[in-house]
Amino acid sequence: MEKLIVSSSPHFHGKKTTQSIMLDVIIGLSPAMIASVVIFGFRAAVVILTCVASCVLSEYLCRRVMKRPQTVGDLSCVVTGVLLALNLPVTIHPLIAAFGSVVAIVVVKQMFGGIGQNFVNPALTARIVLMNSFPARMTHWTAAFDYSATADAVTTATPLASFAANADGTYVPDYLEMFLGAHGGCLGETCALAILLGGIYLIARRVISPVIPLTYLGTVAVLSLLLGRDPLFDLLAGGLMLGAFFMATDYTTSPLYFWGRVVFAVGCGILTIIIREFGSLPEGVSYSIVLMNILTPLIERWIRPRAFGLEKQKRKGELEG
Amino acid sequence: MEFPKSPYRTHGGAPVPHHKGTAHSASVVMPVPMQVTLPMQQHIGAPCIPTVKKGDHVYLGQIIGDSEAYVSAPVHASVSGTVAEIKEVMLTGGQMTQAVVIDSDGKMEVDPEIHPPKAIHTKEELASAARAAGLVGLGGAGFPAHVKLNVPEGKNIDTLIVNVAECEPYVTSDHREALENGKNVLDGIYKVKEILDVHRVLIAIEDNKPDVIEKLKEIADNPEMDPEDEVRVLPLRSRYPQGAEKVLVQACTGRKVPPGKLPADVGCLVMNIASISFLASYMRTGMPLTLKRVTIDGSAVRNPQNVIVPIGTKIADIIEFCGGYQSEPQKLLMGGPMMGVAITSDQLPILKQNNAILAFDEKEAALMEPTACIRCGNCVKACPMNLMPTRLEKAVEKKDLEALTQYHVTTCMECGCCAFSCPAGRRLVQAIRLGKSYLKRAAAKKA
Repeated sequence: MEKLIVSSSPHFHGKKTTQSIMLDVIIGLSPAMIASVVIFGFRAAVVILTCVASCVLSEYLCRRVMKRPQTVGDLSCVVTGVLLALNLPVTIHPLIAAFGSVVAIVVVKQMFGGIGQNFVNPALTARIVLMNSFPARMTHWTAAFDYSATADAVTTATPLASFAANADGTYVPDYLEMFLGAHGGCLGETCALAILLGGIYLIARRVISPVIPLTYLGTVAVLSLLLGRDPLFDLLAGGLMLGAFFMATDYTTSPLYFWGRVVFAVGCGILTIIIREFGSLPEGVSYSIVLMNILTPLIERWIRPRAFGLEKQKRKGELEG
Repeated sequence: MEFPKSPYRTHGGAPVPHHKGTAHSASVVMPVPMQVTLPMQQHIGAPCIPTVKKGDHVYLGQIIGDSEAYVSAPVHASVSGTVAEIKEVMLTGGQMTQAVVIDSDGKMEVDPEIHPPKAIHTKEELASAARAAGLVGLGGAGFPAHVKLNVPEGKNIDTLIVNVAECEPYVTSDHREALENGKNVLDGIYKVKEILDVHRVLIAIEDNKPDVIEKLKEIADNPEMDPEDEVRVLPLRSRYPQGAEKVLVQACTGRKVPPGKLPADVGCLVMNIASISFLASYMRTGMPLTLKRVTIDGSAVRNPQNVIVPIGTKIADIIEFCGGYQSEPQKLLMGGPMMGVAITSDQLPILKQNNAILAFDEKEAALMEPTACIRCGNCVKACPMNLMPTRLEKAVEKKDLEALTQYHVTTCMECGCCAFSCPAGRRLVQAIRLGKSYLKRAAAKKA
């Protein structure tokens, strides 16, 4: 009994760790990964592996160069890699994918201090950088089940692009096809079913709260209806599902508190619809989430939980009992 | 007055494991120890001054330390014997206090002066009886009971809440008190209720103790004892920290005690079951507080059980009585794992307000290495006081006193839900304690 550990209470700790949470997110993303390989073929797996490998390597080297404790083990860089891959078209050149990974990890994440410190979502920001650097390659879509999938493959339009091109309302979407993901688009965004499965897993495991996805999707549906668009189409099209469940719920860049999260998600929904309806881009999920990421510190300044006992007394007579 | 059928909603909390392994075995009375050490500060408030000197003979139950101060509670000899010395001891918080060391003669001769107190009818009489008995809040805080019972004029108490929540893992001393002394508990309740003229008594028990709920219900629902049916059992959700005073008041009445206020400000009086049961025995016998039931448990203890010991018994002696350590202890706790204090040695004595001693082996004592905050929001979700622990931690790092005040650091009751829930293993409670001391120091400087 020479040495007893003396530490501040509590002396118990829950089972969740950063690593277990990130592992859960990877498990939650796996239906979408599997779906992408089924829909777009072997090349999808190559894109995912390229992104994950380059994210892990960038994080490892970055921490070494900066002489900081190694954080590869927390698996957050793997999550970033998978998310970035799921936001790329299958025909993307591996070097471009790797470049995106370096941008996500080195520029967006590590330069701001690493995990928990970045002010925008690394994967989304990397996607935006790639969109602006390689616009043609980033919008080169192949049809589902066209496994030849080279850069020369016949291109197809995404549902959103078709919708935008046929603003007269002649485009009739096939909802079942959209739900199952059998259409052109980024790796992980096409199959709503797979994303829903992963999202439900994360909610059930209490890794994410349903507040942001539900509010985001709800806002989009309502606004879509109000603007005379097709709400079901808007929900299933583009990166909305993936964004709502896996990007907007990113811990670091979304508010901590329930009502802050509601405001954040409503903002995401409004921006998405504004971009889709009025913007020159067919898709606005990345930009709307990143914009709301930037607003997160302001939202947190504005909306805070009221400390216990300081709430507005709703029923004043209650105390007299 | 209306009685709630189910508890009111409370915010946050954490799914801490229960580990109530000692709940189903009867408490064991420990043989009289060779020596007891009785610190003069076993309560919140002014320390006592020894009223005996080295070599004096003392009886069991004799006053050996007292104070003129209002917020203080006298200390009584817990064995009969001779005063071996009066020395300085260090308390768990690091502060020094005097302590009376008594060598026991093994006879446990009761002070002949002790006789049952006169019948108590008023609030003032009850308060002075509680003081004479040396009673402090036995739930862990150690706040002198007479101060709490002497509710200031103008504060109308309509509800007495008896705290049997016992939400801390491992601890089962209240559980055993209820099972072994249920009748006594109800006795105490009826007395206090009558004296304070309270017409609603809620016995609050976490629903992970169905045997306690059944037992106390049986007595409380007996129309012979409680013709007006003003004492009822309220099963609470088993979610830590249901037993924390403010959370308990909210769960029982839906009322919220504002920061810096007491339950009396919202018409409630909260008493721990052991305190109220003790009051009943005191009124019957006049025997002051000298015995305490403590849960001895944890991975390093061979025979975990509840032991009734004289206050002042050395922890090492009690552990020895429980079969000793079965593995090298790495951490010793006074109290439960969520709010208990890690102590430096098993040579310290049991204090009045102790309800458990836990000894952890290497695996159980291991601390998680803190990593960066990932802003998951789990601490915010877990906080029963609706605070933002991670925000407070950042304010502490920057010594940002303004932010500490703005984010209500002083409202924190240090229940530990945030740190328990933090996936990054941040030492949130430790940071918050530091933050509170920053504010205290700044206030002292200003004054």
